Amino acid sequence: MSNDLSNRGRAWFAGLTGVAKPMPGDPQSVLTADAKLGEERARFLCVVPNSNARFPCARGGEVGLEEAYTLAARVREAVAADKDGSKRPIVAIVDVKSQAYGRREETAAIFLAAAAAANAYADARVDGHPVISLVVGHAISGGFLTHGYQANRILALDDDGVVIHAMHKEAAARITRRSVEQLEGLAHSVIPLSYDVHDFAKLGLLHTLLHADNPEQPTPQDIEKVSRELASAVQDAREGPRDLSIRWSSAQAEKTRKATRLVRERMRQAWNEV
Amino acid sequence: MSRLQGIDFVHRKSFIELNARARAKALLDEGSDRELLGPFERIASPWLAMQGITPQSDDGCVVIKGAIDGAPVVVLALEGAFQGGSLGEVSGAKMAAALDLAAMDCEVGKPTSAILLMETGGVRLQEANLGLAAVAEIFSSVLRLRRHSPVITVIAGTVGCFGGMSLAAAASSYLIMTPEARLGLNGAEVIEQESGVEEFDASDRALIWAIHGGTQRYAIGLADVLVDDDLAQVSRGVRECIRKGPRAEHRSEQVALYRERIAKLDTSQQTDPESLRATWRKSSEQ
Repeated sequence: MSNDLSNRGRAWFAGLTGVAKPMPGDPQSVLTADAKLGEERARFLCVVPNSNARFPCARGGEVGLEEAYTLAARVREAVAADKDGSKRPIVAIVDVKSQAYGRREETAAIFLAAAAAANAYADARVDGHPVISLVVGHAISGGFLTHGYQANRILALDDDGVVIHAMHKEAAARITRRSVEQLEGLAHSVIPLSYDVHDFAKLGLLHTLLHADNPEQPTPQDIEKVSRELASAVQDAREGPRDLSIRWSSAQAEKTRKATRLVRERMRQAWNEV
Repeated sequence: MSRLQGIDFVHRKSFIELNARARAKALLDEGSDRELLGPFERIASPWLAMQGITPQSDDGCVVIKGAIDGAPVVVLALEGAFQGGSLGEVSGAKMAAALDLAAMDCEVGKPTSAILLMETGGVRLQEANLGLAAVAEIFSSVLRLRRHSPVITVIAGTVGCFGGMSLAAAASSYLIMTPEARLGLNGAEVIEQESGVEEFDASDRALIWAIHGGTQRYAIGLADVLVDDDLAQVSRGVRECIRKGPRAEHRSEQVALYRERIAKLDTSQQTDPESLRATWRKSSEQ
């Protein structure tokens, strides 16, 4: 695994919000800001590397205990504030290499922290907030489940540096008892194994792929274009259902998630026969 | 040792030794069970055979509708003996679909509870991205159902509940564990691989159970019921939770409480699991 810290999340967050630091009281690893998106204000959230983090296994941009509870608190804060008014969009800017792999984390129940953040995003979605996920770098495993995977709409940059997956390549190969080369070979025919974002797009889970001239350091044109796309995804989400059904009813899902659709159809029939 | 002395090993019926289907049936009223999308429907994973792995015709997920004390329930049981109980496209869709149907029944005035028998390492890496997607969908479906009726997770062992499914366990209305069961996001072996043996020695079984074990999770207030590996006790625990009805506030909603607890941890050294018992259990009982 690469030890280089990714700066993508921070760069896109700063570009979209004009803000570069956390909200008061938050750890340096979680950036939250309310900023203009289209004609309204949206809440943006991002997890970034913090080499001085209190938890040693959560210094490289992983989602750890502090990150997960901060996300949960900031999402809930927006939901509570908009209780009786217009529901602001919530945008998760995603570049997370994984969840934090540490003993302190397990002892203090990182599974609950991750659930708390996912719970907050899902509640926001069900409450009528358009929740949009913008994947600008890595979106891996428990990191993505915690931050971004409960969104109504998932957008991703069309770039080699964007990886959406259940586990990073080396570990996935080891656990399934394959070499990395074997895994890469299989991924050509078994789409859900692929690390290529174009293959991910075929699963029907993605709203759209976005081109950026500079995915590492977005240009003003990149920001303007992505901001426009986010605003359009917000409108689309407002018009759609508040559950995740779009992920198995999309045109792509009709081709690739056939088994999911068959199970849902047959389960519905069998359920009502009882 | 004192705990073991209290168990009647001769007369009790082990729950752990039952497979997924037998576990599910054993919890339901006699004769009420009806399996949905069972093995004879042959909906298997479309992805495993492509990789030279023999699929299973229920994909390792058993869905049984029935009743407990006359009240409608659906039991979703993961078979730990098939691919480590991992969630693939089919097993994941079975769980999410059944949870949604239970929620829809609740929404038209027919309360239906769900019992999740979890023996799972999480996402099935042979179906990687569709497994992860399914876990996100299951999580969302748990939240939908728990508003109306209890979602009860039972982790008996021996696989435990890890990976993405630990989030679904955390979001459940009630969590029942045995001392043999383990619950965590990352298993010890994954941590040893990713962060080194100094961080977590995966051969140290005492350490693993001190952190992930059911006794500890119960002692720090993260599991609601601790039972022995005994069908009668598991069954009693499940009934108790059904009787309590939907939960007013879930642990996964208590953000301020847990954020504060995390802020108080001394992170300069590893956290002593025993020391958490005093501080965490006490305040969650208030």
